Amino acid sequence: MNKKQDDDLDYETTGHEWDGIKEYNKPLPRWWLWTFYACIVWAVLYSIAYPAWPGIKSATPGLLGFSTRAQVVEEIARFEEANAEINTQLASVELTEIAQDPNLNQYAQNAGGAVFRTWCAQCHGSGAAGAKGYPNLLDDDWLWGGDIEAIHTTIAHGIRNEEDLDARYSEMPAFGELLEPDEITQAVNYVMSLSGEPQDASMVAAGEAVYLDNCAACHMDDGTGDRWQGAPNLTDAIWLYGGDYDTLVETVTYSRFGVMPPWTERLSEAEIRAVATYVHGLGGGEAPVE
Amino acid sequence: MGILDKHKVIETNATLLLILSFLVVTIGGLVQIVPLFYLENTIEKVEGMRPYTPLELAGRDVYLREGCYVCHSQMIRPMRDEVERYGHYSLAAESMYDHPFQWGSKRTGPDLARVGGRYSDDWHVDHLRDPQSVVPESVMPKYGFLEATLLEGEHIGDVMKTNGFVGVPYTDDMIEAARADFRAQADPDSDFDGLLERYGEAVNVRNFDGQPGVSEADALIAYLQVLGTMVDFSTFTPDASR
Repeated sequence: MNKKQDDDLDYETTGHEWDGIKEYNKPLPRWWLWTFYACIVWAVLYSIAYPAWPGIKSATPGLLGFSTRAQVVEEIARFEEANAEINTQLASVELTEIAQDPNLNQYAQNAGGAVFRTWCAQCHGSGAAGAKGYPNLLDDDWLWGGDIEAIHTTIAHGIRNEEDLDARYSEMPAFGELLEPDEITQAVNYVMSLSGEPQDASMVAAGEAVYLDNCAACHMDDGTGDRWQGAPNLTDAIWLYGGDYDTLVETVTYSRFGVMPPWTERLSEAEIRAVATYVHGLGGGEAPVE
Repeated sequence: MGILDKHKVIETNATLLLILSFLVVTIGGLVQIVPLFYLENTIEKVEGMRPYTPLELAGRDVYLREGCYVCHSQMIRPMRDEVERYGHYSLAAESMYDHPFQWGSKRTGPDLARVGGRYSDDWHVDHLRDPQSVVPESVMPKYGFLEATLLEGEHIGDVMKTNGFVGVPYTDDMIEAARADFRAQADPDSDFDGLLERYGEAVNVRNFDGQPGVSEADALIAYLQVLGTMVDFSTFTPDASR
């Protein structure tokens, strides 16, 4: 095969001839040929070992009994088993004790961070800074309470949803149906004066009267809000939907109805506690109420 | 001359070569495709799957028209990381009324196979209007114009009929009531009993975009909110050979 030739005529040919052009018989390299044969053997063995050939009702299951669906179940079970002990501990201790146990706290912070990035980040932001209508979780301003128990309740049952009967609930009336536009303008100016500059200072006094008659029941006489009703503090510069004049008029006229889903059905108790610990640890977490 | 020596006949006849090549490829294709039509475990038997309501179907058409599938898949693969992030892996049964299916292969954005019920309608409105307002790192374009385009649903019955031709079990009753159901689903003050009777109690009846009239955003959000929520997984037993 590999003989050295000087004269073309001495080359071995395949015997094919096309218009006087002959085809040399140059065999494929041996390594290539053997690789090729090995691939064929591999394919046959593979189709015996793994699910492959279609039959009457189902395909051959393969000798190894491989199944992608069984594999994922197994793998999830493996990780759940590895974390079973600490998850049971996390789900059973007093919420306030999680922070006392360094090992448990570290696990809860890490696991909670993963849960947060998967389920919470789309609304509250991947850094938990929130967005318009979705509260910032980094600061110490809380609508429904910032101690670990309150955060846990909010996550477990959600806010103003229909799925969970224990969801936190309150509803601000749309004052556009109850008050005259002038009264709304006055009240908005008063509310703006609580945290800074009103748009029109001459309306503040009249606005205070409107406020005390209509808003103080939930937002309190001094405007500091009420966490039992999720009524925001109006005296700070933190606004969920915006603190400018136009946005406040819109809020008072049409009201707001922000919702949060309950998580008890989608997440385990350990996961809910983990993410509550994570959120509590972001910076604004409050000490437990005695 | 053995049969192997006769290949010269094929090699010197282009038409014959073409016909025989086609035959070989056809056999290969048939062996792969045909069993899927008769094997009993191709489509799992699960409870809860129903055809899309007229409004959801219109939303699905918006989804196709806007090319959402170019960046979003609807196929949760059976892998731990995907199952933990998105939920139960997708079943063939879940796309059996999709023509064509939206499995996709590109994930610039997240998988949407189980996005239903995951976010509020308000979130979807905010997010479609300006994705960066809720997810600052997002590269998704803005779809605020969907809210401004109102739909009458005058052709939705025909779309359902066409889906019926390829096997979606829309009844005559459903097709007849298509426009009424189309409007009822986006209006919680309407008489939507017929809609629930035809498609089940679990149908979401809400003013999805919070504005009067049925807009493309209403339809799209209705579609998104039902994705991956139909199957009752308590009735599902995985087949060992999958």
